[in-house]
Amino acid sequence: MTPTVRQTDVLDQPLESQMTISMGPQHPSTHGVLRLELVLDGEMVVKTIPDIGYLHTGMEKLFEYKKYQQGIVITDRMDYLNPLGNNLAYVMAAEKLLQIEIPERAQVIRVMFCELQRIASHMVWLGTHALDIGAMSVFFYCFRQREKILNLIEAASGGRMTPSYFRIGGLMMDLPAGFDNRLNQFMRDFPAAMDEFEILVSGNTLFQSRTKDIGIISPEDAIDWGLTGPCLRGSGVDLDLRKANPYSGYETYDFEIPVEKSCDVWARFRVRMREIYESYKIVRQTQERLKPGPVKADAPKVVLPDRDDMRKHMDSLIHHFLIVAEGFNVPEGEVYHAIEASKGELGVYMKSNGGPKPERVHFRGPSFVNLSALPAMAEGEMIADVVAIIGSLDIVLGEIDR
Amino acid sequence: MADTSKLLEIVEKLRAENSAWIMETKNALGEVTVIVPREHIVDVCWVAKTQHGFDMLADLCGADRGVEESPRFEVNYHLFSTKHHQRLRLKVLVEEDEPKVPTVTSVWKTANWHERETFDLLGIVFENHPDLRRILLPSDFDGHALRKDYPLRGFEPYSLT
Repeated sequence: MTPTVRQTDVLDQPLESQMTISMGPQHPSTHGVLRLELVLDGEMVVKTIPDIGYLHTGMEKLFEYKKYQQGIVITDRMDYLNPLGNNLAYVMAAEKLLQIEIPERAQVIRVMFCELQRIASHMVWLGTHALDIGAMSVFFYCFRQREKILNLIEAASGGRMTPSYFRIGGLMMDLPAGFDNRLNQFMRDFPAAMDEFEILVSGNTLFQSRTKDIGIISPEDAIDWGLTGPCLRGSGVDLDLRKANPYSGYETYDFEIPVEKSCDVWARFRVRMREIYESYKIVRQTQERLKPGPVKADAPKVVLPDRDDMRKHMDSLIHHFLIVAEGFNVPEGEVYHAIEASKGELGVYMKSNGGPKPERVHFRGPSFVNLSALPAMAEGEMIADVVAIIGSLDIVLGEIDR
Repeated sequence: MADTSKLLEIVEKLRAENSAWIMETKNALGEVTVIVPREHIVDVCWVAKTQHGFDMLADLCGADRGVEESPRFEVNYHLFSTKHHQRLRLKVLVEEDEPKVPTVTSVWKTANWHERETFDLLGIVFENHPDLRRILLPSDFDGHALRKDYPLRGFEPYSLT
């Protein structure tokens, strides 16, 4: 075995031609507060050492002090571009422990919102990725589309960025009246916007020359580094948890998994762009499947009763009081539930000791793992390309630092 | 509930390879958990990766089982196969007075940051890790925040100066 060199040792003995610079934590292209220690030889990156933790708020500790239903609110603040995905991972882990079945309508609405949220998350990625590379105007067009989706989420849940819409055992409440019309309006306008983005970004030769053959990671390395989501599929590995370990009825929807083989920033860009069309297709299918029905599971000790029931039925009032005041006991056990969030595999490890509060909740954030592979991608590239590579990883520091 | 018969077959194959590798097997909620002795974890991971197709380490996380428990800590390895799409959980139990586990960074590179995080928040030392530093908390932070005896608000107001 070769002796391992500690990363810090390199910094202590800089060669004459090498220079260490600190990029961030307030650099706009680092998407939050990420600091990179770059060892440069001229403009070439010799070594990249990501430094994270600036947004660490001890969320995993906080989970242990909150009841299961209160934890949903914390998950919103992790990956703040994909809060509904976080909600889904968390509530599905709890539902797995409780072994609750979710009604059909709730499943369909969950899928619909997850895919809308995926589009919204990819809109932010596209806008900021293009902004990093120097295309200013894309940002505004993308955020306009994202705003429309956030308005839809707000209509259903009351919160733009922090919906907490998915609850253990179903949804917070049913869709509001007239939601279908608003969604139809968005669905009608969106394809034209996508055409615009394709012309504005994909067809842009400057963008292509900045992204092609940069940040290459081979399929074997990508798996070894634990890359998931579009970053993995950009390296030619056909893996999507919606197909591999289907949940929420994804196996019944008709969609494809985009895979690109060139392993570079451009491939990851193309995968995400094509994914948006697939998500759009899924939302269309959920619209057709939406049939009237309950959106909460029949588990009165876990699911909060409807407001109207509480006024009429004594037992609903008692259940409501008990859930809010004492919570519900979750059977002893441990689960790891993973979903395909917009950035990759979002896994929740949840351990219960039988009480109303979890013993341990761990989030496996896709951004955390994808960022750890940045040094492998950035070494040997130009410093300006590091910015493009970070953009292609689509990281959210709220989830990395937790 | 997911079918676990294939996973149990793999566990039997591992046991046939070396009976000391597996202390206990649990099959609950559609997930298979294998408790592995600390000294064999690298071997088990290596065989699981090279012979049974678990080529991705999806997650690695530690947990504090409680101050009174013995062994007090555990480290969970969530293995995933990109070919047959199955998950296997390996678990290593760690005593409080000797919180050390051999690193699996030689098996999967992705273990690097996961192990740093576990070291940072729970104080479990991963032996032979190439770069075992704190990752989320500052380097001069006192204590390990995810331990059950660490108060939610910390011991005293933490100051950066």
